[in-house]
Amino acid sequence: MTQNRSWIPYALILPSVVFLGLLFVVPLVQTLWLAVSDNGTPSLANMTTMVTDLNFGRSVLNTFLLTLAVVPIQIVMALTMGSMVAKMNGGRETILWIWTIPLGISDLAAGMVWLSILQNTGYLNSVLFGLGIIERQTAWLTYQTPVALFIGIAIAEIWRGTAIVMIIIVAGLNQVPKEFKEAAEIFGASPWTRFTRITLPLIRPALQSALILRTVLAFEVFAVVYALGGRNFPVLVGEAYNWQNQNQNYGVAAAYAVLIMVISLAATLVYLKAVKVDPERLP
Amino acid sequence: MANIVIDNIKKSFGAFQALKGVSLTINDGEFVSLLGPSGCGKTTLLRIIAGLETSTAGDVRIGEKSVIGLLPKDRGLAMVFQNYAVFPHMTVYENVAFGLRMQKADDARVKKQVEKAAGLLHIEPYLDRYPNKLSGGQRQRVAVARALAVEPGVLLMDEPLSNLDALLRLEMRTELKTVLQEAGTTTIYVTHDQTEAMGLSDRIAVVHDGRIEQVGTPVEVYNHPATRFVGGFIGNPPMNFITMPVTGGQVTAGAQQFAVPAQGGEIVLGLRGETVERAPTGQGLDMQVRVAEPMGSHLLLTGSILGQPARVILPATETVRNGETVGLTLDPKRLTWLSPENGVSYPAAA
Ligand SMILES: Nc1ncnc2c1ncn2[C@@H]1O[C@H](COP(=O)(O)OP(=O)(O)OP(=O)(O)O)[C@@H](O)[C@H]1O
Ligand SMILES: [Mg+2]
Repeated sequence: MTQNRSWIPYALILPSVVFLGLLFVVPLVQTLWLAVSDNGTPSLANMTTMVTDLNFGRSVLNTFLLTLAVVPIQIVMALTMGSMVAKMNGGRETILWIWTIPLGISDLAAGMVWLSILQNTGYLNSVLFGLGIIERQTAWLTYQTPVALFIGIAIAEIWRGTAIVMIIIVAGLNQVPKEFKEAAEIFGASPWTRFTRITLPLIRPALQSALILRTVLAFEVFAVVYALGGRNFPVLVGEAYNWQNQNQNYGVAAAYAVLIMVISLAATLVYLKAVKVDPERLP
Repeated sequence: MANIVIDNIKKSFGAFQALKGVSLTINDGEFVSLLGPSGCGKTTLLRIIAGLETSTAGDVRIGEKSVIGLLPKDRGLAMVFQNYAVFPHMTVYENVAFGLRMQKADDARVKKQVEKAAGLLHIEPYLDRYPNKLSGGQRQRVAVARALAVEPGVLLMDEPLSNLDALLRLEMRTELKTVLQEAGTTTIYVTHDQTEAMGLSDRIAVVHDGRIEQVGTPVEVYNHPATRFVGGFIGNPPMNFITMPVTGGQVTAGAQQFAVPAQGGEIVLGLRGETVERAPTGQGLDMQVRVAEPMGSHLLLTGSILGQPARVILPATETVRNGETVGLTLDPKRLTWLSPENGVSYPAAA
C-alpha cells in the first residue's frame, strides 16, 4: 500500500525542481557558456581579458581582505550579542528587534547612510571638527586614503550584515537546553570553559550555517562598496557590474560571475569540512 | 562536615508560590529523600540548594556556612538532573570524566574514577559511545556516574532512577545506597516513587504544595503520618480514612473500644489496610466488600466501612466473596487518629 505511493514525494517536489531549473540552471548554463566562449565558439578570451585587466588583482585582493576582516568580526560580535541577549530576562525581544533594524535596509541605502557619515561634509567630520580634533574637513573615502576607506567600508558592512549572523546564532543558542550549561557549572566549569566546551560545540550547526551564509554574502559585496568608494575600491561584483554596464562586455562580466560562484562554492566546501557537524554528537 | 540546613526557604515565580517556607536539616552523611507529587516543588528546592536558582527568602547552609550568594561550583556538591543533561557532544567516558577534568585531575585518577563509577552503574560497554544513541535509562546512569565520579561531599539527585526498568532500578538502588554510605556522602534524593524512598532513605521529607508536611524515618512516616495527605500519599493501598463518632473519649469498632484524643463529636481513623485481621463472626468492624481480589501474596478487599470507601488486605489464605460483609479486628498500636477539621494527626499514643 505505502510502497505504491513512493512517487508522491517526487511529484510534490517536481514544481520546485522545474522552477529552479528554469530560473537558475538555465541562466547558470548560459552564463557559464558566455564566460568560456567567444562568438559562439569555445574560447578562453574572456577569462584572459578578466585576468589581465588592471583592476582584476586588486578586486580579488580587496574582496578577500574585506571578507577576512568582516566575517570573523561579525561572528565574534554575533556570538557576544547572542550570549548577552540569552542572559536577559525582560526586554529581550526589543533588543533583538533594534539589533535587526539594519537588516530591513537595502545594502545600497546602508551604503548611503554611511556615506552621509563618512563623506567630506559628513557627520564624522562635523563631530571631529566640533571637538577640535581636526582643523578642516578630512577626506576618508579617497584613493589616497586606502586604509581609512577600507575601514569605512568594513564598518559599514559589519553594521549592515551582523544581524543576520546574530539571528542564526541566537536561534542556535535557543536550541541548547540550559541544563547543559548548568550541569557544567555545577561540575566547576568557568563561564569561559562553559562557552568553549559546551555552548560552542552545541551550536556548531548554527555556526556552520552562519559562516557559510555570511562568507558567500561577503564575496558578493557590492552596493555598500559602490556607495562609499565607487571605483576607488574595486571588488569582484563591482567589476562584473562595470564590464556589463559600462563596457557592455557580457562575456567578461560572465567570467567574473563564474569566478565569484567558484570562490563561494569553495568557501562553502571548506566550512563543511572544517566545521563538521556530526549528527551523532547533537542533542 | 557537610551537613545541610535549609532554613525557611521561599520561592515565588511571579505571583505563583512554588515554595512556601521549607525548613529541613540533613545531617552529615545522611540520606534524605524528598518525596512528593508532581509539581510540588522538589526540583525547585534542589536547584536552590545547588545555586542554580535564587530563593525569594531564607537561607541554605552547607557545613555550617551559608552558601546563599556562592556560585554552584563553590558549594562542593554534585547533581543528577531530572532530564539527565548528559553532554551530547562528548563520549560517555568524557561525560563521566567532566567533573574531574574541571578539577584538573591527572589522567590516571580520571581513568580510575571513571572506571569505578562506570562499573557501578554498568555502563562500561558504552564508554566510547555518544549519548545520542543511548536509551533514556542508559543516559540516566551516565548522569549518575558523572556525579559519583567526583566523590562529592553533597550529592543532589533528581529522580535519578526514574527511567530504569523495575529490576535494574532495584539493583541500582541497592548499589547506590551502599556506595554512598561507604563514602559518607550527604545525599538529597528526589523521587515520587514511595517504595524507592522507603527503601533507600534514612529519613523521608514528604513535600506537598510547596511545604514539607512531615520529616521522619520511613517507618515513622508510614505508620504515623502527620497529615491526611501523607497517609494518603504513602503506602499501597493508601491509608484508609474513616470518620467515626466519639462518645465520652471513646470510639467503638465492633467489639473493640479505643480511647481517643477527643471527647465527643467525630474523629478520623487512619487505618493501614494490612494491619487488620479477620474477626470472629459478629465481633469486628463491619466492611462491605464490593470486590475481593486474590493477589497471590495477599487478598485485596475493596469496599466500604461505615459507608466510607476503604481498602484492606487479608492473608492469601482467607476467602471472601464479592458482596460479602466481613468483620475486622484492628491493631490498637497501629492506628492513627486525625482531626476531622484540618486533617492533622494527633501525636501517637505512648
Ligand atoms: N522557572 C519557572 N517559572 C515558573 N514556574 C516554575 C518554574 N519552575 C518551576 N515552576 C513551577 O513550580 C512548581 C514546582 O515545580 P518543580 O519543578 O519544583 O516540581 P517537582 O516537584 O520537581 O515536580 P516533578 O515531580 O514533576 O518533577 C510547578 O508548579 C512549576 O510549574
Ligand atoms: Mg522535578
